[in-house]
Amino acid sequence: MAELTYRDAVARGIAQEMERDPSVVFLGEDVGAAGGVFKATVGLLDRFGPQRVADTPISEQAILGAAMGAAMTGLRPIAEIMFSDFFAVCWDLVANEIAKTRYMTNGQVSLPLVIRSANGGGVRFGAQHSQSVENWAMAVPGLKVVAPSTPRDVVGLLAAAVRDPDPVLFFEQKSLYPTKGEVPDGEIVDTLGTAAVRRHGRDATIVALAAMVPRALDAADALSREGVEVTVIDLRSLVPLDVTTVATSVVETGHLVTVEENPRLCGWGAEVASIIAEERLFDLDGPIVRVTTPHVPLPAADALEDAALPSVARIVDGVRRALQ
Amino acid sequence: MTELQDRQPAGDPVGAIAAPLEVRTAIYKMMVEMRGFEKRAYDLFLQGLVKGTSHLGLGQEAVAAGFGAAMLPSDYTFATYRGHNHTLARGAPMAAVMAELMGRQAGLMAGKGGSMHLTSVEHRMMGSYAIVGAHLTIANGAAWSSKLRHAGEVAVCFFGDGTTNIGAFHEALNLAAVWKLPVVFVCENNRWMEYTPISSVTAVEHPAADRARAYGLDPVLVDGNDADQTYGAARAAIEHARSGGGPALVEAETYRHGGHSRADPGKYRPDEEVEAWLGRDPIPRYRTRLLGAGVDEAVLVRIEEEAQAAVDAAAREAEASPPPDLSLVGADLWADGGSSWRS
Ligand SMILES: Cc1ncc(C[n+]2csc(CCOP(=O)(O)OP(=O)(O)O)c2C)c(N)n1
Ligand SMILES: [Mg+2]
Repeated sequence: MAELTYRDAVARGIAQEMERDPSVVFLGEDVGAAGGVFKATVGLLDRFGPQRVADTPISEQAILGAAMGAAMTGLRPIAEIMFSDFFAVCWDLVANEIAKTRYMTNGQVSLPLVIRSANGGGVRFGAQHSQSVENWAMAVPGLKVVAPSTPRDVVGLLAAAVRDPDPVLFFEQKSLYPTKGEVPDGEIVDTLGTAAVRRHGRDATIVALAAMVPRALDAADALSREGVEVTVIDLRSLVPLDVTTVATSVVETGHLVTVEENPRLCGWGAEVASIIAEERLFDLDGPIVRVTTPHVPLPAADALEDAALPSVARIVDGVRRALQ
Repeated sequence: MTELQDRQPAGDPVGAIAAPLEVRTAIYKMMVEMRGFEKRAYDLFLQGLVKGTSHLGLGQEAVAAGFGAAMLPSDYTFATYRGHNHTLARGAPMAAVMAELMGRQAGLMAGKGGSMHLTSVEHRMMGSYAIVGAHLTIANGAAWSSKLRHAGEVAVCFFGDGTTNIGAFHEALNLAAVWKLPVVFVCENNRWMEYTPISSVTAVEHPAADRARAYGLDPVLVDGNDADQTYGAARAAIEHARSGGGPALVEAETYRHGGHSRADPGKYRPDEEVEAWLGRDPIPRYRTRLLGAGVDEAVLVRIEEEAQAAVDAAAREAEASPPPDLSLVGADLWADGGSSWRS
């Protein structure tokens, strides 16, 4: 067992898979010699060489096209899109090509590929380098969508994503890169579509993702001091979505709060809320509450960004409203 | 690679690598089959049996056939929505292609893709792509994979003149050149995008060839209505790519006989232009050439009759196929065969 940062866990996860399977290749901007703009891929070039760890031009379409064409012809590429905001310049490859090809070809083409990207806010980068776009991805049939909250999950879910026969968008929350956690030694492989219960309490259920998980846990601590005990579920993956874990908890607590970093409209919490409303209405003892970033781009200044993102105080308030 | 040549394609110049007679006869056969297939597809569209949309390759057969004859079975094809010819050129069965156009169970993708997405992995036809530009980057990926696997496979990617003005074209050419990928880009310059002439929206005269130097590539311009030229250019470009020389870019000047899609009569094009290009129809031109080269006319007549019979049989077979099983709606989103997204 070693303590690793979320950042170092990325390199560890990629290395674990490249070591195991020679068909795994990795490409992106500044990922090789420079070790990534977030230093999350340091050492991979030295270890695996320039054939398998490829620096690319600033050509997001070419990066994802290369990953797709390689995946359909026998490789298992991991592509990096430096900031998830840049998906906007290559969304054709993601939404029209990668997501649809297996279906359109009646199953002839397999695309075992992973697209990693630094997602989300909290680092004062402003509106074009801070978006949470997991809900863009979730809206497109044919993409699996994964977002780890801990260094251990970075390794385990990345391994699961690489081994998955279908395309996976892997969102790393950039404010989590310096955070630390215990990571067991040896190979770690997780299962996509399984949520993790991070804390158990019988009064309400909080469902969160990525950087909102530690925040929800802080809120749970604060609520506990008032005598309110909440369950915190880390969804870990939006597609596939572990409805069972959420529904089981809601049956026990009767109250549901989602904590989403994405802007309000069509955030993933809306989907979770609608499923629970449709299937578990009579197990609910109060309204489902969604705590989200308001429907605005993220501002840059620290005070403004902090005010926009769901805070511990807003999560606590959300739980109180759910319990009223 | 050959330098810019034959800027005003005319006459019958020989290609970079001349084809033996049996290859030329095979090319003729392919072209005649494509022509028969596309004409029938058009008729079936007018009868309401081919649904949605279709983009015919009538008049452009010499490009798909010349390259098809020059490719090895292990090479990859990437084409556009105007990809019926390129799919047939790889040996995909005519009946399955026709059934796909008609939305039938017997279709190449059981009706799930339609005319614009013809794919037959078995024949290394790696897809027809309907968003302009994307597939150039995807062809790179297949070429990259071939290179990493030391497989010796070449990816051949066909696209139109209009595609040279989208960013993906430039991203793809640059990356292919930097990584020295075994990929051949083939621009079928039919002078028109949908309804707008390429010359009116492009900074250079030859939309692909004139950009080649920007990516360190030799410009290659051929008469795309001359199957000997397309075959010769294909052989040269593919061998260049296969031998580790990196990508090649070929611009083939051609013309579509019909409109852009569906029942478009193409009336926006000047009559004289259409007339001139109909006069350079690649099929009768090649027929005359083959007769001149000593091929017995009876051989060509037999090819023509057999092609017609094959088209008739394919159309019958496609029409006899039932509509796709409705369970396909939820099938094959994922590798497990289903489309489930939740527990
Ligand atoms: C990105 C994108 N923009 C626009 C279109 C609509 N469109 C379909 S075909 C076409 C013309 C393409 O012209 P060209 O590349 O010359 O190919 P051709 O149809 O002549 O074979 C256009 C504009 C599209 N499919 N994709
Ligand atoms: Mg055109």
